[in-house]
Amino acid sequence: MRLLAAPALPLHKAGPYVAAAYIVFVLLVIAYVAIIAVRTSRTERALDELQRDVEARKEEHDSGRDLEHVAAGRLTRAPAAASREGERGPA
Amino acid sequence: MGPAPTTNGRRLRVLTLATVAMIGAALALTFFYAPLDADQGFIQKIFYLHVPLAIVSLCGFVLGGILAIAHLRTGDRKWDLRSYVAIHMALIFGVGGLLTGAIWAKASWGHWWVWSDPTLVSFLIVVLLYATYQPLRFSIEDYERQARYASVFAIVAGAFVPLNFIAVRLAQGLVHPRILTLTGGNLPGSMRLTFTVSLIGIALLYATLCRVELAAKSSRIRLRRLRRELLGEDAVRPLGRSAAPS
Repeated sequence: MRLLAAPALPLHKAGPYVAAAYIVFVLLVIAYVAIIAVRTSRTERALDELQRDVEARKEEHDSGRDLEHVAAGRLTRAPAAASREGERGPA
Repeated sequence: MGPAPTTNGRRLRVLTLATVAMIGAALALTFFYAPLDADQGFIQKIFYLHVPLAIVSLCGFVLGGILAIAHLRTGDRKWDLRSYVAIHMALIFGVGGLLTGAIWAKASWGHWWVWSDPTLVSFLIVVLLYATYQPLRFSIEDYERQARYASVFAIVAGAFVPLNFIAVRLAQGLVHPRILTLTGGNLPGSMRLTFTVSLIGIALLYATLCRVELAAKSSRIRLRRLRRELLGEDAVRPLGRSAAPS
């Protein structure tokens, strides 16, 4: 088979083939970039979710510490209150 | 305004700009500077895209093998990830090379595919060989084993690529035009310049896309690790079976 002997196509016939080859290349690159963009936005969403989770945990932790402070305050105030009640005596 | 770019981000930006500039220059040279080929006419313009895609793809496969050697030597997961990305991207470029080659073949020879040409068939064999890389990884659930087996595959297949190339070069009865040779080839100066710029442009595109994919995958891996460290093991959904390193 002597395929190399095939004559060159005229410009009006060759143009669509050349355009098709370059379009295939551009489409491949665009498809790849689109897939990466979707994945990146998914990662960004996961990052937002993580930030929300961490903030929620932090708030939970802070409110837990406040409760501890309140409880500790009650314990320290309790003997003084008892002595005050003792001074007043039973009603 | 977003946060200041990291060193990696800056490098990626520079690489992307260089790629865009080089591919823009390659397209300008292809269509406004390089002369029409006396034999093939306007169709030969596909050469500046098809050949660099095929060359970069084959080099990418070999690179994947070299990175796999680094993985087996060090046991570091980052080399497995790099090898995976290099092969993944080379496969995409290989498919691009096959498609553009088929279009050229149809215009030049009147056939989409010629089974009697060793260059075409051997390139198809290489692409099909690497098409099994992802299923191989996917079939192994344990990550360590998956990475090890994939590295062995990448090394063996990577060694096959230059052997295959040499065998095809030694083959007789070629249909494929032989333009690039070690003795200088048959390209006139203007065509050689255009081809060189195109090759560098496609190589830069390969490097850029590899870096983009590596950055995306590394971010996901780091995010997962961070989630585990901050919120505990329960907060991380179990990974499904995946071909990609995780």
